[in-house]
Amino acid sequence: MALIQRPAQAGTLESSDILIMIAPGEPGKGIVISLESPVQKQFGRRITSIVTRHLQQADIQDAEVHIQDRGALDYAIEARIETAIARATAPADKEPGNA
Amino acid sequence: MHESLRRAMLFAPGNNPGLLQHAGIYGADSLIFDLEDAVSIHEKDAARILVRNALATIRYPCEVGVRINHISTPWGFDDLAAILPARPDFIRLPKCEEAEEIKRIDDIVTKAERRYGFPEGSIRLMAAIESPRGLRNAFEIASASPRMMALAIGGEDFATSLKTTKTKDGAELFAARSMIVYAAREADISPIDSVFSDLQDEEGFIRETELARQLGFDGKSCVHPRQIELVHRVFTPSEKEIQSAQRILKAYREAMARKAGVVAVDGKMIDAPMIIRARRTLAHAVAAGLVPQEDLND
Repeated sequence: MALIQRPAQAGTLESSDILIMIAPGEPGKGIVISLESPVQKQFGRRITSIVTRHLQQADIQDAEVHIQDRGALDYAIEARIETAIARATAPADKEPGNA
Repeated sequence: MHESLRRAMLFAPGNNPGLLQHAGIYGADSLIFDLEDAVSIHEKDAARILVRNALATIRYPCEVGVRINHISTPWGFDDLAAILPARPDFIRLPKCEEAEEIKRIDDIVTKAERRYGFPEGSIRLMAAIESPRGLRNAFEIASASPRMMALAIGGEDFATSLKTTKTKDGAELFAARSMIVYAAREADISPIDSVFSDLQDEEGFIRETELARQLGFDGKSCVHPRQIELVHRVFTPSEKEIQSAQRILKAYREAMARKAGVVAVDGKMIDAPMIIRARRTLAHAVAAGLVPQEDLND
């Protein structure tokens, strides 16, 4: 099981981007996602399913995730959640943003 | 060598999804997704993943390369590791100073092509010369690998390394620009001119592009889509130049057909360099959509 070492975020609030913040969740509570998006009705489920899939692939069981979408396409959503997970789970001496 | 023309190479910042996904619509001949100066040190990890995903999922109408961070920085090798599986058309190395840097990247690219099953040699390389040391080694850099396709001058950094500033008439870069053209031409690759960053000064941009064309550059780096059309205009031959090129090639073909040794057009002797120039003029005219592709066929 991968552990979230620290709260982390990736992305921006610019148009076509998405800001994803993840933080350690309460043990046993699973993945809790909140989403704000201008296209929530059409694509809300799709966005959360991409994010959930990446967290599951990283073997993260419990996490709190806050997503602010600005109309990002799938490739950008995938990139931002991958980056957020890498930042949140990197060992302290290898935080990717501080290379 | 029948490669597509590289007149306008448009940079797009690597951490901006909006700009990455729209970069292909402006008619650039090449796109360069930037992981270097356009990306802050805190976003290097995010940008390389975003660019990798863009390359892997978006169809672009032209060649797409990635400007990586230099391999002497903490990010260069990670950039390559992330980007190569998405098969960019080329990698652009900034601040190149020695042929050895190109050889190291060539090794990494060769291994990646084998690992991912890409045709060997399909990922090309280009280097930017941004210092006197790089300029001194320009030919060695340009010929360091058969993957090398272009040599660019990074004007702002070059002027800084000379302890001067880049001006609009470009006197301080005149020698460097010419030497880069010589090195690239000797190595049979494309010389590409520097960016022009004052987006408000259209006349200055056109003057600098005309100078680049006259010095022998194949194209110019662009930092804004509106510069693309201006570059194309400068690199598009005039009606008179096109007609002259067509007459020269027609006379040459007719002379070949009747095995005549000497060709004259408009009272001027036609020699081999003129034929090469005429073909090049027509290639630019074809790229600009002014004459049909058949005019290029011998």
